[in-house]
Amino acid sequence: MAGPVVFFALFFAYPVVAIVGRGLKDGDGWHLARIGQVLAESGVRHVLWFTTWQALVSTALTLLVALPGAYVFARLDFPGKQVLRAVVTVPFVLPTVVVGTAFLALAGRGGLLDEVWGVRLDTTVWAILLAHVFFNYAVVVRTVGGLWAQLDPRQEEAARMLGASRAAAWRTVTLPALAPAVAAAALMVFLFTFTSFGVVQILGGPTFATLEVEIYRQTADVFDLSTAAVLTMIQFVAVGAVLAVHAWTVRRRESALRLVDASLTARQPRGAGQWALLAGVLLTVAVLLVLPLAVLVERSLDAPGFASYRALADADSGVFLVPPIEAIGTSLQYAAAATVIAVVIGGLAATALTRRDAGRLVRGFDALLMLPLGVSAVTVGFGFLIALDEPPLDLRSSWILVPLAQALVGVPFVVRTMLPVLRAVDTRLREAAAVLGASPWRVWREVDLPLVRRALLVAAGFAFAVSLGEFGATVFIARPDNPTLPVAVARLLGRPGETNYGQAMALSTILMVVCAVALLVLERLRTDRTGEF
Amino acid sequence: MLLSLRGATVRFGGRAVLDAVDLDVAEHEIVCVLGPSGSGKSTLLRVVAGLQEPDAGAVLLAGRDQAGVPAHRREVGLMFQDHQLFPQRDVGGNVAFGLRARGVPRAEQGERVRELLELVGLPGAARRAVAALSGGEQQRVALARALAPRPRLLMLDEPLGQLDRSLRERLVVELRELFGRLGTTVLAVTHDQGEAFALADRVVVMREGRIAQSGTPLEVWQRPADAFVARFLGFENVVEATVTGQNADTAWGKVPVPGDAPQGARTLLVRPAGVRLVPAGEGLRCRVAARTFRGTHVAVRLQPGDAPPLEAACALRAAPEAGDEVGVEFDPDEIVVLG
Repeated sequence: MAGPVVFFALFFAYPVVAIVGRGLKDGDGWHLARIGQVLAESGVRHVLWFTTWQALVSTALTLLVALPGAYVFARLDFPGKQVLRAVVTVPFVLPTVVVGTAFLALAGRGGLLDEVWGVRLDTTVWAILLAHVFFNYAVVVRTVGGLWAQLDPRQEEAARMLGASRAAAWRTVTLPALAPAVAAAALMVFLFTFTSFGVVQILGGPTFATLEVEIYRQTADVFDLSTAAVLTMIQFVAVGAVLAVHAWTVRRRESALRLVDASLTARQPRGAGQWALLAGVLLTVAVLLVLPLAVLVERSLDAPGFASYRALADADSGVFLVPPIEAIGTSLQYAAAATVIAVVIGGLAATALTRRDAGRLVRGFDALLMLPLGVSAVTVGFGFLIALDEPPLDLRSSWILVPLAQALVGVPFVVRTMLPVLRAVDTRLREAAAVLGASPWRVWREVDLPLVRRALLVAAGFAFAVSLGEFGATVFIARPDNPTLPVAVARLLGRPGETNYGQAMALSTILMVVCAVALLVLERLRTDRTGEF
Repeated sequence: MLLSLRGATVRFGGRAVLDAVDLDVAEHEIVCVLGPSGSGKSTLLRVVAGLQEPDAGAVLLAGRDQAGVPAHRREVGLMFQDHQLFPQRDVGGNVAFGLRARGVPRAEQGERVRELLELVGLPGAARRAVAALSGGEQQRVALARALAPRPRLLMLDEPLGQLDRSLRERLVVELRELFGRLGTTVLAVTHDQGEAFALADRVVVMREGRIAQSGTPLEVWQRPADAFVARFLGFENVVEATVTGQNADTAWGKVPVPGDAPQGARTLLVRPAGVRLVPAGEGLRCRVAARTFRGTHVAVRLQPGDAPPLEAACALRAAPEAGDEVGVEFDPDEIVVLG
């Protein structure tokens, strides 16, 4: 337990506090009046308003589009279901930068829609909303669908036998059972869209900015640290509130339901209604999830003879000190290091959280572990720079800085994946081993480890994909001669010219393929019970 | 004494689940703790195993206080209610687990596993997957696993609880024979009196964390200590009574009692066999409320006016129909005056 606590104190709380302090304190003390001043600015109020409503609309849209998908994946059997389930999950682990780029390729200037119908969405909020739906579709399908598949159909049958109509049975039995999962999924989507950075940074242009983008602008472009600090605190409070509600709904869901093996509840579609639903969901997946990625790949191949790809190996592109292709190696190394850190820290935390004698304090840590998902990654990145710059913790020049920041985002995924599995290990199994003479270490190695090995691998894969795509913090701390893939993509997009655009598409495609391969490997490993994501 | 509990007490949120329990188990003895669910039986085993720290009192194994000794150093075996076989290991891996934990050489492990699987009637099953076993086979593997490290004391938690009746009756005989042959000291808990009586040298009846009675199966069966034990053993005819000389005043009228019965306000147990049916008009007047076929006899439920109902055991042919009016007389040999 001590390990994770120290890790979070040092690499999360300390940098965040440091940057807030830097913004709100000068020689003679705190300037809390600054909070009021910042809130009074109309620009800030506009950003707050936009952040909130786009998150609400994105969440509602995602639920609307993804809930039928959740039903189809949970209760209908059709050929290619396993593959398709993996496909819809791909966007979730894709770097936000790639998502932004893909939608730019689809609906931006010179994009597919522009060429065919002359429609451009990148100047409207629709591009952002659609990208958010694209990104979070899997969250709803996984969280709600995963539970839906495991709900015992006999409960509904029991209600039917007691005289409830099909609709009444669904409303009184299935819906209440599902409601906490829907709420949890909605909250997660709200959280992700509320703190959205990469997507909005690329698609928002000068008109649209979320809190996170505004924090980045205030810190990196305007150098107004006090405004950034106040915005960080606002976001912190909002995210804390959302997480508290999320923890509560998750706890309710864990309590009362009778679950069965998911493979037993799915059936062949029957009747016109179910076939139509299946077709609709497949069409949605094709248009909304597959098309943007396909367009991305197509654009990267636009220049004849793989020119965009070959240009990546060219050292004189002028954007970087090194050929962009080297970003791949850098990214993989950083992500691997971040994965190791995240798995060790997250594994320790999850183990500590499952101990039966864990007190209230430790259980409170559960919710705290989720905070890095929502706290401004930009703040963390910038906080790293100003907090970890003096002995004994002078890490500015160390390569470990980037993996540390990335691991911070990976830990919540590791904990979320491991916790349910560790909790599912019957305590009496451990007791049986102890009574047979096994020491606590042997119990862990021989009882827990074999049962959670798969979950551990899945967690590692998620941490890897998330680290690979991390953008908000990395953009600050990655050094110019060592950019990661998402940072390189963003810089290429920031420069004018067809070659740079083509290279950005090519690099995004590479990033997408790496993430997708990582995910498809995981999909073979995972069982439906391993966690929420 | 191999095992001694001295005032062992466990409280969950203020409620005493185990309330100052004193219990001794001698070497080679088979003791069965019998009680309804929630009486603290399983907690008793967990305290001895070291899985639950007692809030007060002491656990002594071979005279040594076990306070602070963790479960894996106590050298006792515990067979869990639902077996808790390790799903990721095959049968042999499960049986050998305790041997590996104690660092027994590999060759010896293999030999012992083979020997034990033979002992429990599953020769050659070492490579089978645990998931492929039937309930009875799982139970045998769990037993072999618990026996493998030669524990000083073997504890069984509802050992046959999840098995069907005929398998249970066969296994309980096998178990008793096996433990006798190995000289194993056994402390078992169960809620099934048939199981307890068939298995144990000594039965300990528990109620709400306390020991209500302790004795050989015959003693407990013949002379239940109080109304609770009598009712728990399945006797329905328990009634408040005032004993004077050879007679007792009860809600069922005057009932004859054995000559040496203690006097004064007592509780009376009338075994079903002690309720004799006579023609209507003689003895206590009753209406037959229901009858249940029990294989060797018919259990007849009688309603004597407003008094508590009576249960009688009748031969098949002599049993009256429901709704019949009968008379009842009592046989003092089948009547016990409880403490």
